[in-house]
Parts: sequence; C-alpha cells; structure tokens
Amino acid sequence: MCETCGCNITQGNEHLVQGDGKLARTGDGRAAVTVLKSLLSENDHQAAHNREHFDGQGVLALNLMSSPGAGKTSLLEATVEALAGTLGIAVIEGDLETENDAQRIRAKGVPAVQIATGSACHLDAHMVHEALHRLDLQGVDLLFIENVGNLVCPASFDLGQHRNVTLLSVPEGDDKPAKYPVMFRAADLVLCTKSDLLPVLPEFQPQRAERYLRELASVAPFETVSTRGDGELEPWLHWLQQELAAHRARLELGRSIRPAIQPDGARLHGEPGGAAASGDHHHHGHAGMHAHAEGAGHHHD
Amino acid sequence: MHELSICQALLDQVEQIARDHGATRVERILLRVGPLSGVEPALLLNAYPLAAAGTVAELAELVIEPAPVRVRCDDCGAETEAAPNRLLCGDCGGWKTRLISGDELLLANLELTIPDG
Repeated sequence: MCETCGCNITQGNEHLVQGDGKLARTGDGRAAVTVLKSLLSENDHQAAHNREHFDGQGVLALNLMSSPGAGKTSLLEATVEALAGTLGIAVIEGDLETENDAQRIRAKGVPAVQIATGSACHLDAHMVHEALHRLDLQGVDLLFIENVGNLVCPASFDLGQHRNVTLLSVPEGDDKPAKYPVMFRAADLVLCTKSDLLPVLPEFQPQRAERYLRELASVAPFETVSTRGDGELEPWLHWLQQELAAHRARLELGRSIRPAIQPDGARLHGEPGGAAASGDHHHHGHAGMHAHAEGAGHHHD
Repeated sequence: MHELSICQALLDQVEQIARDHGATRVERILLRVGPLSGVEPALLLNAYPLAAAGTVAELAELVIEPAPVRVRCDDCGAETEAAPNRLLCGDCGGWKTRLISGDELLLANLELTIPDG
C-alpha cells in the first residue's frame, strides 16, 4: 500500500509538538508549556493516513463494533452471501486470539486478514495499517473492519474508517445505549441483531432501545435485522448500497468523510498543535486551555 | 482497560515535548478529560506509574481536570449541562443537541525543569 500513500516517507518522522523555545519560568524555576493536544493525536494521524489509503483505492471502510457474541461475524457471512458477485468485499478481523473469524470469512471466498491483539481490548490505527500491508484492496468496494468484541474501548480509537456501525443483539437487553453512551454515540448506524429472538425475549423492546439511542442526541438510523430467515437483512443491505453510492459521489468531488462523531483529538486536528509559551502558568495557561477547548467544541464537521 | 495504551500515548507526547525543550524532568502534567471520551480518570491515574517508570516523567504529578458534559440545543439554542447518557436539552427537553464539552481527551499543560543554558 505504501507506494500509493507515501507512508514510508512519513512513518516515524512526524513529530508531535515543536517547542518554540520561549518559556515562562515560574518562581521555583519550572517552565510551563501549554500543549492542548489530543492524547490520541498519534493514532489520529495514522488513522487519517489509513483513510487516505482507502480513498485512493475507492474503498468504503466500515468499523463494526459490538459486545462479544452480538453477531458481527455472522452478519458479515450473511452480507458476503447476499452481495456475492455484485460488490468486492474484504475483511479485517480483530480478536484477542485465534484466526477463527478470518477463517469463517475466507470460507465464503472473501479475503480476510486477522489481527490478533493479544491482550489489547481494541484495534487502533497502527494495527489496521499493519493489516493493510497484508491485504490487496484492488477491486474491493467495501472493507469491513470487525473490531474486538467490546462496548467500551473500541469507541475511543479512530481507525481511518468512514463509518461506524454498532450492533446491539436482542439477548443483551434494550438499555445498552444508556449503559454504554460513548460507544452508541459513536455509531452512524445501529443494527439491532438477532431479531428472530424477539418473540422469545419480549422484554427487549426495539422502540425502547431506539429511545435510549435518541437520548444520546444520536440521529443514526436504528434498524432491526436477523441473519436467519429471508429478507431480514434488507435495511442493512440498503444502507450499505446508499453509503457506497454517497461515498463514490464524494470521492468524485475529491472529498472524504469521517464517522459523524469524532473524538476530540480529530476535531483538534486542524489546529496548529504547537507548544505555546505562557506567562504565568496558573493564569494564562489555564485560560488559554479553556479558550481552546471550548473553541474546539464548536467544530462539528 | 485501554487506559494503559492512553498512558503510553501520553508519555510519547510528554517525552517529545521534554526533549524539544531540553528538560531534565517533568514536574506536572495537566490533562483535561471528559466523561464521553471513554477514558476513566481513576484508571488512568493507576496506570500512569507503570507506564512512566524509567522515563523523564517518572516522578511527575498527573493532574486530571474533569470536563463537564454540556450540550447546545439545535431547536431552542440553549446551552445546558447534561448527563453522559442523557444528552437532552436541559431547557426544552429536545434530543437534537450537539455536544459542546465532555468528550475531551487533552494534554493541556506541562511543567518542566529546564537547566539554565
């Protein structure tokens, strides 16, 4: 991939913050430096680079997140079957251990790369970048990145995907959006999976799950699907086609897209991330920080 | 438990800034963390000494300033405080709001010891 995106040149030589050398001294001889930089800026930088790579190849990249066992791999198997012959698909699988999921996908005739994260509970942009070196995106329209099953940590790491899809399976209970707001707020689409179990689990009310989602100020579509039976994947397949068409139209115009909700770091990306000297660190540094933090909060692109 | 990864990312930045300024020690690190960043301040504080051992910031005081969750309503324009899992407008109760604070995960400020050159 590096021939096209030039990451060999930038890898490892992109420094985070340049000091300007003019520092204020406090009474006890300390120097105060105002930084105002996302802790995840290194990850965000790599993620932006991954996104450029996807865009260069005309690929729509989707990050699938859910708790373990919500049906991400089953959904992908069914998706591959439904779209076989019409769209090029590739999959990156993240799990703590085993190649099991990648094998399930390969058995459907689709290229899949497994990332075994060891003890890491989430994928990050660097892991995905490494996996991309093992994946040929030629002829691929849709790249699914199946994140580690976990409703907490994956929400904080941008991988370079264009859209986040969060799965909520019926056996998990309909109040998951209220319990895991960071995860569900990040979703561009929420899929309520295993809807074939609704008749035996009447305590799960899809309307209630959707209400909890709206209480997170989310406008993401909420769709109910099942990988068993006929036709119950329609809302998902329709969303995929729509997103792919929209993405292609954007690429024609030389534009790209990020998930609707960006972590703070990504929003700050456009700002000059320099270390600024501050007069008195207790006052100027502090005030500057507030000004930046609040200013940054206004950019929702 | 991604707090250790976050600490590692923090230390990469802190060490870089310390190097850029020729600092011999990092005395204090100020972070600004909102509840919707997905990072738990208490876990970050616990993970920090493990990640910082042997670095220029080993003895630094890590201070985490919490950021309040605040939303602005698209309908009525009010800016109000909200709970992390209930981002409704505090005035009109509408759900079409935008987060204006609460998902920060920022390295805000460092205090360094720099030998007189």
